[in-house]
Amino acid sequence: MDGIHDMGGMDGFGKVEVEQNEPPFHEKWEGRVMAMARAMGYAGAWQIDHARYAQERIRPDIYLDASYYQKWALAMETNVVERGLAGADELKAGHALHPGKPLPRKFMPEMAANLTRGSFYRQQQAPARFKVGDRVRTKNMHPATHTRLPRYARDKAGVIERNNGCQMFPDSVASNLGDNPQWLYTVVFDGRDLWGPDSDPTLKVSIEAFEPYLVPE
Amino acid sequence: MAHDHDDHSELTDTQLRVRALETVLTEKGYIDPAALDAIVEAYETRIGPRNGAAVVAKAWSDPAFKQALLADASKAVATLGHVSRVGDHLVAVENTPKTHNMIVCTLCSCYPWEVLGLPPIWYKSAPYRSRAVKDPRGVLADFGVTLPQDTEIRVWDSTAETRFLVLPMRPAGTEGWSEERLAELVTRDSMIGTGLPKRP
Repeated sequence: MDGIHDMGGMDGFGKVEVEQNEPPFHEKWEGRVMAMARAMGYAGAWQIDHARYAQERIRPDIYLDASYYQKWALAMETNVVERGLAGADELKAGHALHPGKPLPRKFMPEMAANLTRGSFYRQQQAPARFKVGDRVRTKNMHPATHTRLPRYARDKAGVIERNNGCQMFPDSVASNLGDNPQWLYTVVFDGRDLWGPDSDPTLKVSIEAFEPYLVPE
Repeated sequence: MAHDHDDHSELTDTQLRVRALETVLTEKGYIDPAALDAIVEAYETRIGPRNGAAVVAKAWSDPAFKQALLADASKAVATLGHVSRVGDHLVAVENTPKTHNMIVCTLCSCYPWEVLGLPPIWYKSAPYRSRAVKDPRGVLADFGVTLPQDTEIRVWDSTAETRFLVLPMRPAGTEGWSEERLAELVTRDSMIGTGLPKRP
């Protein structure tokens, strides 16, 4: 979706402000939110692109105003309710009012000793259409649902630099259409092809692009 | 979250909502609060940029490891036995006198947690996400970093599950240093590409 989250290339947000000696969390509740998201993800409550899509649907004025972990909390509330894991009435009451739904797994305390990032590789459904060095063009597409092709890199010519294997396809996952595995490539663009002739001539930008985002150039 | 409150009660409102969420999810049997404690503790104490610094220092000291890291970072880093195993999708990108690499996630906040810990606020902020792909030299200036005008700037937008770690250039004057000593020079920002390693 063409949402506020898709920030690449926007002007007007000002300088990058760095906080010296920043702690992992500024408030205790931030740690609870991060850990809940991690535990619910492990439990199989939703996949990471459901979490992203729920954040993307936060109204733009609220998105810009909310802190990072506030957005996570809002997205988690959305997913909990949409996926039937709890009712809005329960979140409002602050207590469970109905029995839960069975989930595939549960994150147990001792598992924190060995946190492992899951694999996103999936069995290929077809041979890769592109090879390293191929010139490609990203599609001009504006789905109303979740996609990982940023606006600034749509309808742009680039070069395949790397094949990152066949992986679950976020656009399908977030729309509850299954993993729909697709080849993932690193596609590199010249800065001037993205930003015009006045762009920094030394700039190259790459995105990670799934095969359905690309056509031969 | 709630916009009809002032700043002080907004925080309280957030705390209440988060508490409600945790209570409901716990009572439903989905999560264990003790597991949340353990996850928070892991990120507060064990999973941070020191892990990445150890990877960089090893690559600076051990040419075979550096080659393995650049060929397959997931595999190479897995051999180091960190607390938070790195999974399948880590890529290390090497800074050279010709090319400077910088990592961003314009769409959300993708970041190599396993080697760098949780991302700093600036990395997740609108100024960084909006400008890194368009004006990286301007962003570097915000960090006090100026690169030669002919250095190619390569920005990697983390739009999928690939995670990137910048391998900065080893500072001059560190010949014969141990990995432990070298690791002290490796800053978090130098592994994101918004900074350079400390000078000896």
